[in-house]
Amino acid sequence: MSENREKENANANAAWHLVDEADEKLIRLIQDGIEFEHSPFEKCAEELGVSEEEVVARLKDLIENKMVRRFGASIAHIALGFTANAMGVWDISRDRVEEVGRKMASFDEVSHCYERPPSADWPYNMYTMIHGRSQEECRAAAEKISEAVGAADYKLVFSERELKKKGVRI
Amino acid sequence: MTEMKNKPAEFKQAEVKPAEFKPAEFKPTEFKQAEVKSVELDNIDRQLINLIQLRFPVSKHPFEEIAAAIGTTEEVVISKLTRLKNEGIIRRIGPIINTRGIGGTNTLAAVKVPKSQIDEASWVINKYAEVSHNYLRNEDYNIWFTVSAPTQERLDRILSEIQTELSCPMLNLPTINQFKIQVNFHV
Repeated sequence: MSENREKENANANAAWHLVDEADEKLIRLIQDGIEFEHSPFEKCAEELGVSEEEVVARLKDLIENKMVRRFGASIAHIALGFTANAMGVWDISRDRVEEVGRKMASFDEVSHCYERPPSADWPYNMYTMIHGRSQEECRAAAEKISEAVGAADYKLVFSERELKKKGVRI
Repeated sequence: MTEMKNKPAEFKQAEVKPAEFKPAEFKPTEFKQAEVKSVELDNIDRQLINLIQLRFPVSKHPFEEIAAAIGTTEEVVISKLTRLKNEGIIRRIGPIINTRGIGGTNTLAAVKVPKSQIDEASWVINKYAEVSHNYLRNEDYNIWFTVSAPTQERLDRILSEIQTELSCPMLNLPTINQFKIQVNFHV
């Protein structure tokens, strides 16, 4: 039921305008994951009526053109023991954002680092996703980052429940 | 399908009913440390996990290449990866789509929802295929989710529908600058 609803919603979408129809079809065929087998692109090639070499070449082009960020495994970090996930939110003065953002990004513990608009109700403009094996590990990482960038005004917002995680689909 | 079983006489294919929230069908993943079963990983498992995240070979026979790279056979690689998938460590091996790269747009949004309405709110948000991640967090703004859509118009519509349906305060936090996006778990 909810899956049908999701499909309806997805079909209601306008086209992703930078990707042509053939590539869109290719992405749709492999976006839920390839089979673990000797020739994982064979079925997709058949479906598209092209060779496997062509599928591989087009996939490489999509990566080269930054339409696909990477091709590889999505890992369930929780199953690996990375059970703590903290969103660090920081209030950084606008003129320091570039410098601070670059420094924050250099930490291995930080998987995502973004600047986002602050508001009266939520006065933070920098966001760092920090993954750790415990909340203490996340706190220690945030403290290290705070010292390194010289920013004391931050807060760690921990996740309590994963309500959905599935990666972007088109 | 379940509806069909319950009331066969009333079911009409053409009838389109708005989806309703059914608490019994809603099962989010809770993750408390104690509940996470630990999976034994041997040396090959570890090498595989580290390699397939950022250096997965895009080629006709990728598992053969991986086997050569770590000095084992394709059979071993495939059976190890299949086990890791069955154990829930690997979600999928596939393309990680760059929403903005294909002409779309995305945002991070948060809503402030009363505790008693969390399951329902989560259901309202998750029914959109465009919502990729959604977390309950320990804040007044307690539900945080990401939305990716082909156009700004579609994105705005999703957010406004969610806000209308939940009638609660919402933050819309689109990316201004992206400094890093690199998820890699080294084991």
